[in-house]
Amino acid sequence: MNMEPRTLETKAEAALAEAYETMRDALPGGAGVARLRTEAFDAFRATGLPHRRVEEWKYSDLRARLKDVPAFAARRSEADAKAVLASAGEAYASVDRFRLVIVDGHFYPELSDVAGLAGEGVTVRPFAEALAADGEALLDLPVVALADAAVGLNAIFCADGLDLAIADNTKLTKPVEIVHVSGAEAASTAERVLIRAGAKSEAVILQTFVGGVEGTFSNTLTDIRAGKGAGLTVARLQAEAAGTTHIATATLTLAEEAQAKLICAGIGSGFARHQSFVAFDGENARADLLGITMVRDRQHVDQTLVVDHAVPHCESREIFKTVVDDGAKGVFQGKIIVRPHAQKTDGQMMTQSLLLSENADMSLKPELEIFADDVQCAHGATSGQIDEDLLFYLRARGIPEKEARTLLVLAFLSEAVEEINDEIVIEAFEGRIKDWLSTEE
Amino acid sequence: MNEDYPMLEIKNLHARIAEDGTEILRGVNLTVKPGEVHAIMGPNGSGKSTLSYILAGKTDYEVTDGDILYNGESLLELSPDERAAAGMFLAFQYPIEIPGVATMTFLKTALNAQRKARGEDELSTPEFMRRVKEKAADLQITMDMLKRPLNVGFSGGEKKRSEILQMALLEPSLCVLDETDSGLDIDALKVVSDGVNALRSPERSFLVITHYQRLLDHIVPDVVHVLSRGRIVKTGDKDLALELEKNGYADYVGAAA
Repeated sequence: MNMEPRTLETKAEAALAEAYETMRDALPGGAGVARLRTEAFDAFRATGLPHRRVEEWKYSDLRARLKDVPAFAARRSEADAKAVLASAGEAYASVDRFRLVIVDGHFYPELSDVAGLAGEGVTVRPFAEALAADGEALLDLPVVALADAAVGLNAIFCADGLDLAIADNTKLTKPVEIVHVSGAEAASTAERVLIRAGAKSEAVILQTFVGGVEGTFSNTLTDIRAGKGAGLTVARLQAEAAGTTHIATATLTLAEEAQAKLICAGIGSGFARHQSFVAFDGENARADLLGITMVRDRQHVDQTLVVDHAVPHCESREIFKTVVDDGAKGVFQGKIIVRPHAQKTDGQMMTQSLLLSENADMSLKPELEIFADDVQCAHGATSGQIDEDLLFYLRARGIPEKEARTLLVLAFLSEAVEEINDEIVIEAFEGRIKDWLSTEE
Repeated sequence: MNEDYPMLEIKNLHARIAEDGTEILRGVNLTVKPGEVHAIMGPNGSGKSTLSYILAGKTDYEVTDGDILYNGESLLELSPDERAAAGMFLAFQYPIEIPGVATMTFLKTALNAQRKARGEDELSTPEFMRRVKEKAADLQITMDMLKRPLNVGFSGGEKKRSEILQMALLEPSLCVLDETDSGLDIDALKVVSDGVNALRSPERSFLVITHYQRLLDHIVPDVVHVLSRGRIVKTGDKDLALELEKNGYADYVGAAA
């Protein structure tokens, strides 16, 4: 933790403090929730927005990025929300799925397939309603996530979102898409999505983050709890408008024998941080984390993850690929912690970046913290450019330079794409990747 | 193809390594007519592979003098992909592995890119598959190999057969084979040579670069050249290759100095 005394409060920090004073009485949840919010707010007052001297945020200085923070978005009318949704464009338009709609941080049951999901054994509630009913237990998070500044800000401000509970032994027949749309007026949002997958349940959840404008500040948190023996894929596609600031935290807690795949494609936004905190809570569980980041122009996209092997006999796999063009910046930070008694842990992390221009910038920080002695852990990190010999080979076969470069970027990403192992997600992601590659700078 | 010109005319070609200026070719002259097979032999370091790379358009080398005419027009200003679309093919000495690009995808992309550059329609998938299967069978290439990433995990022989498959599919008019025999055992050499011989026609020419004579037992050349120190120092018929096999390059190494 960074304990240096605060000196100057930035405009954004002052705006956030003021927003909390204005909103606090109207935020959902009982006394227990209010106490948690106050504690988080006190921590925020003490440390402010995370900045480059906070180790975990060293490469993504949020304090410097946020010149100001717009007001938190009020709930829109249903018609208005529908219009915002329609303008956002769909990543999974052709996929038969259950769709849940969040606009500017607020959940719209009337625009969502709540009844269809109920028929499958899935209970969906607006998070505000769930928080009022069930209290602070809904805000519990893995210990490795608790100190994070963005997680704290979400706890302070989360006004809505959704609570999705999949009953034990339920196998969903169709994927669930959770669409997070930001509107065309700059606003702040801080929704929370809680996904509880019951024992031996199976589901594919697609999260899409779209819309927004210059100045939009979204700070979402998705808390995934995979029950005993559950099989879960959560695929996150971040394709927000170029000017937004987007912080998306995912926490994943795995019970015994759970298998979860957490995938994140970071393509949009001006300044985005996707952070994942994974906690093993039961033995013989496995988590796969896959990341694909593609940035250009002046974009800054960060993928940060902390995997906490707190119990023995669990496996984690991380493959993160980053493509950086123009003067953009990519960041990868990956930490695997193996606690003293977490013997027989198997953790493998690999991160690779491909720099397409002289000015492209990539920071890679893999870390292993191993306190047990009978474990298998490894990490690999590489950074490189397009291989000129491969390019020449393709061109010598008649493939024009631009097409050959596209082929090689796809080849670079292919390892992460193949591991997704879900046709629907692969198709949607490949579509986005090819769009990105065919866009002229 | 233009009937009035030889297929390939290399005139007084001088070239050096772009990075450090080392001179490799010092005035190569060579004329290949349609349908002819020319062999270029020579000791290590004589410039054989450099010549093949320069023909294909690799930018690691700089042409400092002379010209390369292909059907009467200079190639020097054309990019590697433009040369390929015009009918030039280089079978690489060391075919490159490209993880993440399926062989089949690569073949289709290359063929359709060339067709597009020539103003032809792209091939339909069934027609493309029919052609690949037919030509792959001739070269004893399995469908399993075609599904794998390009050249990844291929043996030396499989890589060379993969090169010949590409050549058969792309139907170039000028084929440059750079040490295609290297790394091949006798059986693989036979398969590869049969593949090459099947492509011989009055409209197609070959430039076969090799260190050893044995390839030329299978792919019989019309003309044999000896390249030494960046120049062609001797030209003859196929018997020249036999003589080289017997006496080595010693007689020629000094000749270009």
